[in-house]
Parts: sequence; structure tokens; C-alpha cells
Amino acid sequence: MSILIIAEHDNSDLRPSTLNSVSAAQAIGGDIVVLVAGSDCAGVADTLSKVPGIQKVLLADNPVYSHHLAENMAPLVAEIAEGFSHVLAPASTTGKNLMPRVAALLDMQAISDISEVISPDTFKRPVYAGNVIATVQSSDEVKVLTVRSTAFEAAVAEGGNATIEQISSVHNQDACTFVGQELAVSERPELTSARIVVAGGRGMGSSEGFSMLEKLVDKLGAAMGASRAAVDAGFVPNDMQVGQTGKIVAPDLYIAVGISGAIQHLAGMKDSKVIVAINKDPEAPIFQVADYGLVGDLFELVPAIEAQL
Amino acid sequence: MKVLVAIKRVVDYNVKVRPRADATDVDLNNVKMSINPFCEIAVEEAVRLKEQGLVNEIVVVSIGPQQAQEQLRTALALGADRALLVVTEDVLEPLAIAKCLKVLCDREQPDLVLMGKQSIDGDNNQTGQMLAALTGYPQGTFASKLELTGDNKATVTREIDGGLQTLALTLPAIVTADLRLNEPRYASLPNIMKAKKKPLDTSTPDELGVSISPRVKLLKVELPAQRAAGIKVADVEELMDKLKNEAKVI
Repeated sequence: MSILIIAEHDNSDLRPSTLNSVSAAQAIGGDIVVLVAGSDCAGVADTLSKVPGIQKVLLADNPVYSHHLAENMAPLVAEIAEGFSHVLAPASTTGKNLMPRVAALLDMQAISDISEVISPDTFKRPVYAGNVIATVQSSDEVKVLTVRSTAFEAAVAEGGNATIEQISSVHNQDACTFVGQELAVSERPELTSARIVVAGGRGMGSSEGFSMLEKLVDKLGAAMGASRAAVDAGFVPNDMQVGQTGKIVAPDLYIAVGISGAIQHLAGMKDSKVIVAINKDPEAPIFQVADYGLVGDLFELVPAIEAQL
Repeated sequence: MKVLVAIKRVVDYNVKVRPRADATDVDLNNVKMSINPFCEIAVEEAVRLKEQGLVNEIVVVSIGPQQAQEQLRTALALGADRALLVVTEDVLEPLAIAKCLKVLCDREQPDLVLMGKQSIDGDNNQTGQMLAALTGYPQGTFASKLELTGDNKATVTREIDGGLQTLALTLPAIVTADLRLNEPRYASLPNIMKAKKKPLDTSTPDELGVSISPRVKLLKVELPAQRAAGIKVADVEELMDKLKNEAKVI
């Protein structure tokens, strides 16, 4: 078997989620080849060449791939995928945007968000917002998969020596063009790979409420998250949303502040190792998944916790 | 300009589904079914475009059992003009649905296809992207804002992991709705009555020439590992003690 992984990166740095996909590939078993498609992204290929277990890194370095538009990337990946038994990518917004388009070009039924590898053709994946886990078996010749990063440990990043091969194939079109993007700039760790996540909900009351939470976040060296209610209310931007349709996180410590715990939110954080819930409503569903629950006024409790650190 | 909106009949988002006793699938007997919430947002977006005078016809499509007529009637009550139902009782995978929609796109020649970004049953998040591949149209997935700019183009703002991304798409294009694209309205009683008279045509995957045989076999379903019940701590001091000395996470 041979496995192709689509690396996730921003042209300068590799996203850690790619290493989780490498672990998933190792669980499947077989030769591992990674595709780095982007613009001025040779450094990312170098980083990946040092990951043990990767045999070869393919580098498609061309301005047409700089924003990872699915319209350009999908035909490239479909072309390279020939001869591979599996094609994997992290189940990020980039992977979710790209992989079904690749699968349809190959006439394969993709499998989204795998959380466990049972055998090379059989996988577990969450359905119904994570309320049910399905075990599915693919009969397709090429298994096109996206990988739930929190379900697989990150592969070791140093010690390997893969060869790097240039790919000259260029796929371009003008029906989809990049206009711009607003990316959150933060000194904090990335939400999906942080060791500690502090998340606020509707109970924070306002953007100012989140400013108070930020002090605790920074003292803990944590990433900040939010419930959908807090994002919809405009307290914080969408990239902080944790849940079924936001980010899936599984840190060592998740502190939910003023979050009631709708199943869609729980779907995004219930695999955290330790969960702390702070809420004034003792009946809030979040307490059913919390290891430690603290009932009270978050505007008093959060500064009190911060003072004790 | 013509918009095609694809919708799916799914278990209502308030229902907590459970596996059947034999674990072969989830138990959907006697549970409430609704339009998939993301699809409802797609319908709403189409209706708003029509109200702005940018769209003159909305065709709503579903592929599924006869009962999906209920969800199509709801979409008609919300403002769609006519409905198409591709009837099948079989298990449908995203690729099969995309293939049916491709045939309908060839027939209907829409300028814009609006869909939900994922259905809340399978959580696949695939069909829009697959339809884009099969039609060769550009795709604006996870859209939180859609503007038709008049020059046969659409500007789509997408919710991505790091923030927001904006793309310019040449029509025809596929746009899949994220939660913040809009807040769907409720259908009024007069509109529900009127919707009963709007045209609803049916066909089958066979008539469309599409094979929907599954590629992926569902072996079993199970509940996720449950978390052990935790405790309530009395105060901040106790919490900090537990986190430092019991859980050892800070």
C-alpha cells in the first residue's frame, strides 16, 4: 500500500495537523508520500523531509497553488493520486474544502473525519454531532480520507531523511480567484494544538467580558476558544468557535466559562483530558461532562482563579 | 437569474439519536424529521436574493424518500418557486447525491447552486464540493457572506480555520452555507397554504441515469465512550488544589 498525504501549511510553516495525519497513515501502514503544494513553500518540504516514516516529499511550488484553491489543487492531487491506495488530509477547513472535490474527480466516495483506523479499509468516524460513532468499510480503490487531528497523536518531527521531488504540473483556471483574507493574529498557541484551552460562552456577556478572560488565558499560556453563542453574539471572531461546526479540540485542560454546553459545543471538546466548567446555573449540561464544576458568578471566579496562579 | 437549492431531509437537530439494539444503524423510528439546518440557510439566502430582485427563479431539489416532499413543501413555503424530488428509499452517499444533482444542473442550467455545507446526520461535508468537481464549477464553501456583483460574478466570504477568506467566483458556481450566512425566517400560514399549489415534480435516480450503489458499508454504530461523572468543587481554592494535585494539569 502507498499513502499520499496532502500537507497543510501557510507556505512558510507546516501546520501541526499534518503530523497527526502522518500518524493516521502509519496506523494504516504502507509507504508514505507527502505533497506540499503552495508558493515559495520549499521550507515546508524541508521540514517534512525530516519526519521519520515519510519516504518522499513531493513539492509543487507555483503561484497558482499559493492560496490552496480547491479548483487548482483538486486536479493536481487527483493526477498525483494515481497508484496510491489512500489519500489523506487533515479534516481542517482546507482539507474539507479540497478532498471531496478530489474524490469526485477520481469517482471515489470520500470518508470524512476519521477518528480511528481499524484496518486499511475500515475506519471509525463520528456522526450526528459526535453522538454516535460509525464504523465504515470502503470498497473504493482509492480511499480518500480526512483525518480528525485530535484523534491521532502527532508523529515525531525529527530524525527522518526523505527525498524531495519537484512536481512541475500546473493547474490553473480563472473561475475562482482569491480576493483576500482576514486572519487572526495571535501570540497565543493555536487553538487545535494548545495544551490548555479557556473558552467563553454567552455568559461572558460582551467583548469586554472576554477581555477579562484573556488575562486568565495568558497567565495559563492557553489558547482562547468560544461557544457558537458567543461568536454569533459578536463577542469574538468565528475562528475561536469550538464545536460541531467550529474547531475540534482535545487539550489536556479545557476550561469552559459561562458555556451552557449544547451538544454541538460538547461535540468539539468532550475528548479533552480534563474539563473544568464554571457556570452560574448548577443544572447546565456542561457539568455532565466536566471533571470539576464550579457554580457561581464567573465575573468573581475568573479573577479569583487568575490571582491564584 | 436562476438558483437551484439542494436540501436534505434529516433528523431534527433537537433529537438525540441512539444506536438500534442490533447496532446496525441509528434508530430513526418515530423521530421528528426536518430540513437540514444548513440547507434551510441556503433556501433563505436564495429567497433574499430573489427579494433583492437579483434572482427570478428558485428551484428546490431533494434526493431521498417520498416523505422528503414535506421538506420541499417547507422550502416552497419559504419562497422557492418549484420543487424536484428524486425518489429513492436506498442509502445515499454524497457522491451519489452529487451525481444526481449534476444531471439536474445539466437540465436546469442554474446560474447559482446553493446548498448547506454539511448535513447534521452524516456530518460528511462533501456534496457541494463533489458537485463542483462533477460540473467543473468553482466552489465557495462554508460561506458566511454572498454578494452577486452583477458582472456574472459572485463574491463569497468563507469561514476558514484562521479567520475569513474572500473569493471571487464566476457563475455558474456552487456556494455552501455556513451558520452565519443568515437567519432563516419562519414560513407564514398563507405561504404554507400557497406552497401546496406550487409544482413538485418527481423522478428517480434510474430516470436520471445515475447509479447510487453504495461504496461504503456501515458495519456498526455505537455510542462514544462516556466520560465518568465529575464532581462539583466548593470554591476556587478547592478547584486549584484539584487541578494541581489530582489532575496535575497546571
